[in-house]
Amino acid sequence: MKHAYLIRRVVMFFVVVILAATLNFIIPRLAPGDPIGAVLEELRARGASTGGDSEDEIVAAYRARFGLDKPIHIQYFSFLANTLRFDLGYSISYYPQKVEAALLRSLPWTVGLLAISTVISFAFGSFFGALMAWPRAPATVNRFVPFFMVLSAVPYYLLGLILVYIFAFVLRWLPLGGAYSSGTVPEMDLDFILDVIRHGMLPALSILLTSVGFWALGMRGVMVTVLGEDYLTLAEAKGLPDRRIFFAYAMRNALLPQVTSLAIALGTVASGSVLVEVIFNYPGVGWLLYNALRSSDYYMVQGVAFFLILTVAVSVLIVDVIYPLLDPRIER
Amino acid sequence: MIETFGRRGKAAIRYILRTPKLLLGLVLLAALLALGLVGPQFVDVENARPISVPTNQAPSAEYPLGTDSGGRDVLAVIIVGTPQTLRMGLLAGVVGVLLGTSLGLIAGYFGGRIDMAISTLTDTMLTIPPLAILLVVAASVRTMSVENMALIIALLSWMFPARTIRAQVLSLREQPYVHMARLAGLSDLRIIFEEIMPNILPLAAASFVGATSGAILAGIGLEVLGMGPQRTPTLGMTIYWAQLYSALIRGLWWWWLPPIIVLIVLFVGLFLVSAAMDEFVNPRLRKTG
Repeated sequence: MKHAYLIRRVVMFFVVVILAATLNFIIPRLAPGDPIGAVLEELRARGASTGGDSEDEIVAAYRARFGLDKPIHIQYFSFLANTLRFDLGYSISYYPQKVEAALLRSLPWTVGLLAISTVISFAFGSFFGALMAWPRAPATVNRFVPFFMVLSAVPYYLLGLILVYIFAFVLRWLPLGGAYSSGTVPEMDLDFILDVIRHGMLPALSILLTSVGFWALGMRGVMVTVLGEDYLTLAEAKGLPDRRIFFAYAMRNALLPQVTSLAIALGTVASGSVLVEVIFNYPGVGWLLYNALRSSDYYMVQGVAFFLILTVAVSVLIVDVIYPLLDPRIER
Repeated sequence: MIETFGRRGKAAIRYILRTPKLLLGLVLLAALLALGLVGPQFVDVENARPISVPTNQAPSAEYPLGTDSGGRDVLAVIIVGTPQTLRMGLLAGVVGVLLGTSLGLIAGYFGGRIDMAISTLTDTMLTIPPLAILLVVAASVRTMSVENMALIIALLSWMFPARTIRAQVLSLREQPYVHMARLAGLSDLRIIFEEIMPNILPLAAASFVGATSGAILAGIGLEVLGMGPQRTPTLGMTIYWAQLYSALIRGLWWWWLPPIIVLIVLFVGLFLVSAAMDEFVNPRLRKTG
């Protein structure tokens, strides 16, 4: 039974990955115009010399280099094989750099900024949500509820713009953008780390403010159910201290479904990063994607998009595999 | 017939007045709608085009929200852009929910292999971040229009409705009155439309608000990245241009702040309506709100 469940999940994972790769293959080919034409157009606009080659020769050379001269199904299978080996091709605008190399260079910034703010938001939101459902919590807790609920409806990057304006432009407390001050050399010393933290404050704050409500509401929902359980009545009847009932009996059990959401949220960190990094000029995966879009670097756009889908698929797979271990009741 | 509608209408109005969340949400949305409908009476919307007014003017009596670096009147842009955003969201929401509801109905009612196929597809699509696909499509399609964008987004927003509707249909299918209808020899089509459909309408309506809100969120994201419609001024595109021309550090707050405020009002309005509708469909939520 357990094996069947695992196999189904793993098959799902590969279906998602292959589907993503296939979409990446099909969509650009359905569109009018071709990338080679676009490159030539750009070269011509820049007034580049053709070096005596005729335009047809250049087109043929490009087509051969990117494998566009082969029949469509051969192209598809070699594309699929390359993608699955995480060989995402060359960046057009940074040729001869490879897409996966650029990705790996940007990834630490994204993971550092977004993963940390997601975890902080999760911890704070879950605790807050648990208090919201707790009947003996201070009454002030529930006064914040409308505030966080409304904030959770606002896209974080729009809030980010307002925060930058107030704290970086008007008050000048924090930097306007970037991941570290220009002119500093990335090193592992205290000054640099403090500099990175100062730069990360505003983007992290905008993510925190807009996502705390999500975690709090989710936690409150589960907490209400848990509080109705018999073992809580028993704990109270035994005369256990309130604090112990709250943390060890109620919150601990209510956290389980929240952890699943956390794993999935961490998986969507990369795709959620796109807009926040654009607003804050943060040199992560989202910034890479934005620049690739602006310079029509199709291979880079496809590569990053594939990577975004892959990270979500991997985290969903991890959740599916771990969940039966955490909660033995789930075993389908 | 008309009388029952009248009575139902009155009951609906009473419910709205009793539910502050719903009322506030509807008022916010109505205000935005009014902005797009009434605005053109007072402001020359032609000034939403580039190079029609002097550049970088601070708010004044003539241009209440100032002008941007491209020579557009910001108020005119807002008045033209807000209805475009609403139109895009509604179109994508309607198509997405119709698609999702039909797939959910088919999967839930017929079950078996059909259900398995549709459910697998739904689960698969749910794990794919829509922005990733949208960007690849937008990068490939050179000219994007509001309608194009709405349809592309709709193709990525049917999954949640499909899943909710399927779950509901699964339980409705086993209800005694559906069994009765089947025993009475009604065709599948009639059972679906006459027996099951009326019972999933509230749920479909609730997921419609969610889908519309999600579609607008995706659309705005695309526009802020500069991949939205190019011909018509939109709210997200205004933020994109403001970013590109560093409006923030040049202190041109009247350029980027108004579209953000309109968008915040829009999202909060949709959120309130959606939360109120969830409570209506699922009364257990009502108490704790």
